Amino acid sequence: MTAAPEHPTFLGMPPFPAAARVALADTQLRRNLAHATGTIRAKRAGVVAEVDDWEELRQRAAGIKDDTLAHLDEHLLTLEAALTAAGATVHWARDAADACAVVAEVAKSHGIDQVVKVKSMATQEIELNEALAAQGISAWETDLAELIVQLGEDLPSHILVPAIHRNRSEIRDIFRDKMAAAGRAAPEGLTNDPAALAGAARLHLREKFLATKMAVSGANFAVAESGTLVVVESEGNGRMCLTLPDVLVTVVGIEKLLPTWADLEVFLRLLPRSSTGERMNPYTSTWSGVTPGDGPQEVHVVLLDNGRTRALADEVGRQALRCIRCSACLNVCPVYERVGGHAYGSVYPGPIGAILNPLLKGVGTDKQTDSLPYASTLCGACADVCPVAIDIPGILVHLRTQVVDAHRDDSVPKAEAVAMRAAAWGLSDAARMGLGERAAGLVGRFGRGRGMPGGRTALGWLPWPGTRWTSARDLPLPPAESFRAWWKRAGRHEEQR
Amino acid sequence: MSARDDVLAAVRAALVPTSTAAGRVASGVSHGGTGDAPGSNGETSPQEASAGEAVVPSRAVDRAALVDLFAERVADYLAIVTRCAGAELTTTVAAALDGATSVVVPPGLALDVLGAVVDDDLTSAELDATAAVVTAAAVGIAETGTVVLDHRADQGRRAITLLPDLHVCIVHENQVVPDVPNALPRLDPHRPQTWISGPSATSDIELSRVEGVHGPRRLHVILVAD
Repeated sequence: MTAAPEHPTFLGMPPFPAAARVALADTQLRRNLAHATGTIRAKRAGVVAEVDDWEELRQRAAGIKDDTLAHLDEHLLTLEAALTAAGATVHWARDAADACAVVAEVAKSHGIDQVVKVKSMATQEIELNEALAAQGISAWETDLAELIVQLGEDLPSHILVPAIHRNRSEIRDIFRDKMAAAGRAAPEGLTNDPAALAGAARLHLREKFLATKMAVSGANFAVAESGTLVVVESEGNGRMCLTLPDVLVTVVGIEKLLPTWADLEVFLRLLPRSSTGERMNPYTSTWSGVTPGDGPQEVHVVLLDNGRTRALADEVGRQALRCIRCSACLNVCPVYERVGGHAYGSVYPGPIGAILNPLLKGVGTDKQTDSLPYASTLCGACADVCPVAIDIPGILVHLRTQVVDAHRDDSVPKAEAVAMRAAAWGLSDAARMGLGERAAGLVGRFGRGRGMPGGRTALGWLPWPGTRWTSARDLPLPPAESFRAWWKRAGRHEEQR
Repeated sequence: MSARDDVLAAVRAALVPTSTAAGRVASGVSHGGTGDAPGSNGETSPQEASAGEAVVPSRAVDRAALVDLFAERVADYLAIVTRCAGAELTTTVAAALDGATSVVVPPGLALDVLGAVVDDDLTSAELDATAAVVTAAAVGIAETGTVVLDHRADQGRRAITLLPDLHVCIVHENQVVPDVPNALPRLDPHRPQTWISGPSATSDIELSRVEGVHGPRRLHVILVAD
């Protein structure tokens, strides 16, 4: 049995500003991202414009999700009862370790050392593949982009298209060099034509689908009243995994619940249009427990917390749990488009990652997580496209407050705190402020800078520690004369004219 | 404590400040309307009333326009659509099979397909070696060009419509509904379902759509007049 390639992890990633600097220097990455996000933005805008009541749909979706979360304990118990009645075994997991242990135990109870996987953010989040590998179980990703990432021993950089940072020629090289070690080799003379690449993946994975006895999936939605799980996909790898193996384990975040089957009408209209820019995705599979004679005859469901109750306890942040992982916010984000997904140091990149990671993990303990709420210009494009109307900029500001509060008692204060204290000292006294204005005026008169849009001039750099500001931002050249100085000299007289 | 107790306790603890009156009132406003059983009160249920064109009771909808839209939207996904009268179905299916060397049909398909094998627990390997499958469908959705299978006897278990490379799917015009909100009440959430909108596709390479990855690479929908 071939072992799955080593998976690098996000563990030990530097904080966002450091990671972003590296990413920004990669021109190929920026070209790939600009092309891909530009394509998907245009597609989404086209199909969203077709729906007259889009805004109303968003508000209904937000309402359904909020209401479900407000009574989440009741809905979880309803789901558990419905799943059990339908022949599924329900497991609960406090954290990643709990969830991974359940999946590994199910595999071991059947002597299984190879599983196929449907693309699933929850299983990425808990690093299931690594946990299974440690138990001698190979987990094979079957989504095309996940396969590219796995074979390339790479990290995902987008929620919907984890290999968005790769272009067709890079993908061809990965397939040509890595497929053989993982199973069926890429065909001879493979070109970089997307159809040929998809064809190579079809042949490579068909072998695995037919041979593998166990599959692991996530779920886009879990309907509490009927115990119905829903997987929304495009390629058919999901159908393969959900249909052909004997054993199926589905890891479901507890925020995925919907109370009723009818609630799907809202989400099945919002998700495909927001995600892939299609009226409907090619395949949606639904199932409720075990169907005799059809599909897996042993079905497990793992209900996963892993920080979701922490997010739920945050009354401002809890709306992030409405997220249906469409990735529309990534595609419109000017920051994401330039730095890509890796800089966020998580399987959840982009604007949603900048709020979801701190909410799931908590702030104040890890520099990387604490840097994420600042990985935004607060332009608000993400909130405009979000199909469940999450106020991402509002939550970012809320989390920045939490980060600042968490560091108030640090023995070494942050540079920002020092600067603010200095500013407070300078601005709270008229004489000190006048002195500051005169100093700024000198800079304004004699400073050299470069042109900015609108005709103003920006200072190229400030001496340390000001470099920490000017290395990434423009500092407009201060005017030669302050308002107060002008008023003293001429303003009063102008008024009398 | 078990993981179950811990998770439920954590959920309840997280909800303490808001699970009082405010939460209940908000839920009544935002969700009371959609929480009712789907379609339990016919064509004018609250969820349909707020779903745009679905307000129009389907009896009043111009059926011909609806069916035309379905055909057009299915074809948009690069599926093949053929329309025929009931009497022509057998010959239309035969033509759609396009000389496929092996064909499987579900046990409950009320149609004779020449040379077809009736699925009787065929293995995955046998299905993989089969060129085509012919099935019925449960619902057609016009707005999105979607065919829904609920895998009853005339559609067969899920595997038979997954492994062969050509899926010929028979949809009757009276099975076509305007949109997703009208489709859900016709479907039983306890049954496994497959919603199909065109052939298998991926956008994973530079977000350019490529048809044909793992599922049937060709989808041929035959739309039968009532």
